[in-house]
Amino acid sequence: MTESSANKLLNGDAYHRTSNGKRSSKNGFVKNHCVFQQPQKYRRPREKNQNVTRNSSLYKKPFSESFEETPLLVAVLTYMGYGILTVFGYLRDFLRYWSLEKCNVAQEKEKQKDFVPLYQDFENFYTRNLYMRIRDNWNRPICSVPGAKMDLVERASHDYNWTFEDTGRVVKDVINMGSYNYLGFAENTGACADAAIEVTKKYGLGVGSTRCEMGNLDIHEELEQLVTRFLGVESSLAFGMGFATNSMNIPALTGKGCLILSDALNHASLVLGARLSGSPIRVFKHNNMISLEKLLRDAIAHGQPRTHRPWKKILIVVEGIYSMEGSIVRLPEVIALKKRYKAYLYLDEAHSIGALGPNGKGVVDYFGLDPKDVDIMMGTFTKSFGAAGGYIGGKKELIDYLRRHSHSALYATSMSPPVIQQIITSMKIIMGEDGTTLGADRLRQLSENTTYFRKRLSEMGFIIYGNDDSPVIPLMLYMPAKIGAFGREMLKRNIGTVVVGFPATPIIESRARFCLSAAHTREMLDTVLDAANEVGDLLQLKYSRREQPRPSLGWMSEENLFQD
Amino acid sequence: MNFKNLKEYLAWLYYQYLLITGIYVLEPWEKSIFNSILFSVITMVIYTSYVFVPIHVRLALEFFSGIFGGQPESTMALMN
Repeated sequence: MTESSANKLLNGDAYHRTSNGKRSSKNGFVKNHCVFQQPQKYRRPREKNQNVTRNSSLYKKPFSESFEETPLLVAVLTYMGYGILTVFGYLRDFLRYWSLEKCNVAQEKEKQKDFVPLYQDFENFYTRNLYMRIRDNWNRPICSVPGAKMDLVERASHDYNWTFEDTGRVVKDVINMGSYNYLGFAENTGACADAAIEVTKKYGLGVGSTRCEMGNLDIHEELEQLVTRFLGVESSLAFGMGFATNSMNIPALTGKGCLILSDALNHASLVLGARLSGSPIRVFKHNNMISLEKLLRDAIAHGQPRTHRPWKKILIVVEGIYSMEGSIVRLPEVIALKKRYKAYLYLDEAHSIGALGPNGKGVVDYFGLDPKDVDIMMGTFTKSFGAAGGYIGGKKELIDYLRRHSHSALYATSMSPPVIQQIITSMKIIMGEDGTTLGADRLRQLSENTTYFRKRLSEMGFIIYGNDDSPVIPLMLYMPAKIGAFGREMLKRNIGTVVVGFPATPIIESRARFCLSAAHTREMLDTVLDAANEVGDLLQLKYSRREQPRPSLGWMSEENLFQD
Repeated sequence: MNFKNLKEYLAWLYYQYLLITGIYVLEPWEKSIFNSILFSVITMVIYTSYVFVPIHVRLALEFFSGIFGGQPESTMALMN
């Protein structure tokens, strides 16, 4: 059967079927009892092979993700583009070194030139020579609420992005496709804003202490009880900063004799927390359950590195939605593995809480699983609730332990009252406890927007990564010049997008990331889609080689001519 | 993408060339350097091929016809 390059559906993919019988191998007993078997026959994968699973009964609805492979010609041209820019980077560095050109980068003073260099030249090579040239696509100042539409300060640069000046004008009503505003709670009018104003009048803004000392307000307790009810766990703890929640709590949970199994594409906060804890970290391939199972089996069979003692605990760290890929974690399989091998699960729902699931309760709700199966449920209030901060939910003993031992709980200033009130009001709206159907409407609007936008974009012929249900949509650009061109062309059409390049993504896989919101109306999405279509034709971004009915392009590009 | 005239189409093709090679992000003087180097290399390739390719093709044909056509002639000459 020819492998159709359609999405990889879990239950219908006959190509990847493996035999169910036990096979004898060199490792004998150990290998035969794997929950997830490797595919026996190797074929050159058209799509990046996520994993093969026999347990389609774990999923109540089809799990369809797609990560279409980079077309070969595009990859070659991208490397060529980076090569040419590297040559010019060396040329400019040469001119700067020999003072033939003014150097705008930070430099050491004359009297320090004989010391060990303070600024490592090559580490900043990419920043100096590529990022600076297209820097106007990032850090754009916003001068209104970053809701569905926003106002941007117009900037101009006369020395090729080394310095910016305000022209004095404001670009009004730019459609915002970059803010993590999944449920549209980033607004300055409405129930949340009014409640926050009331609370400011009552408590003021600053707290002036940490939670342990004098900063524990009754509104903090109310928030934690509400979060507990929302998640369906026994107890929860709230922090002022989402990044600090991850990086300061993982060190409290694991230590020297523990093992952390972390997904390859985990966020920097999780990586930092894992490194700070001092435990050995092993990385499994992104969302790949076979890789995870192999690591678990090796860890249990071999124990700690030199002494071969058993690990004190094994912590699997995954995220709900990975914001750079738009993929959703395979939670039913992870939970099955965790139960089988008696490991603990740390789930970071920064992007998925409020955005997935029929009731907005995150990825656990989306798969219809029991929240008690996830040992540590972490999330942030920044994305769907329109506030700032993070939380951790779990068993009562765990949360009591964290209250006493987490750095963030002991030393960080507690959250500001209006922020807490924003979270309380928005959470009540999502749960439906405020008496209106606003929460349910927004959840439904978000999932409709997601389905519509993804379908239209992939029909147009772009390469879109990720799961069909995730509101984060990466659109592949690949070539370095197209990163800057895409951002600028979309801004000309009054649409603000986020483009991402090298350090955050692999070097050839640069992308533009759309974050949908329940506040986007169908008309706004159509405007964005038409603009994306235009820009896609102008920049020749429609790399997808899937057999889809597409309107014919006016002039064919070389990429399209190379379809096989 | 409808182009009104040839000039617009050529401008779009130049834009694609800028994007694909990555020259788009460079300053104008760098673009000029790259374009002039590329143009001179292409000119040299065209000139060299114009001067040398016919000669090489003719020599190659003679060489190959010498291999295939030469043998029967020599054995006939020996017998005679």
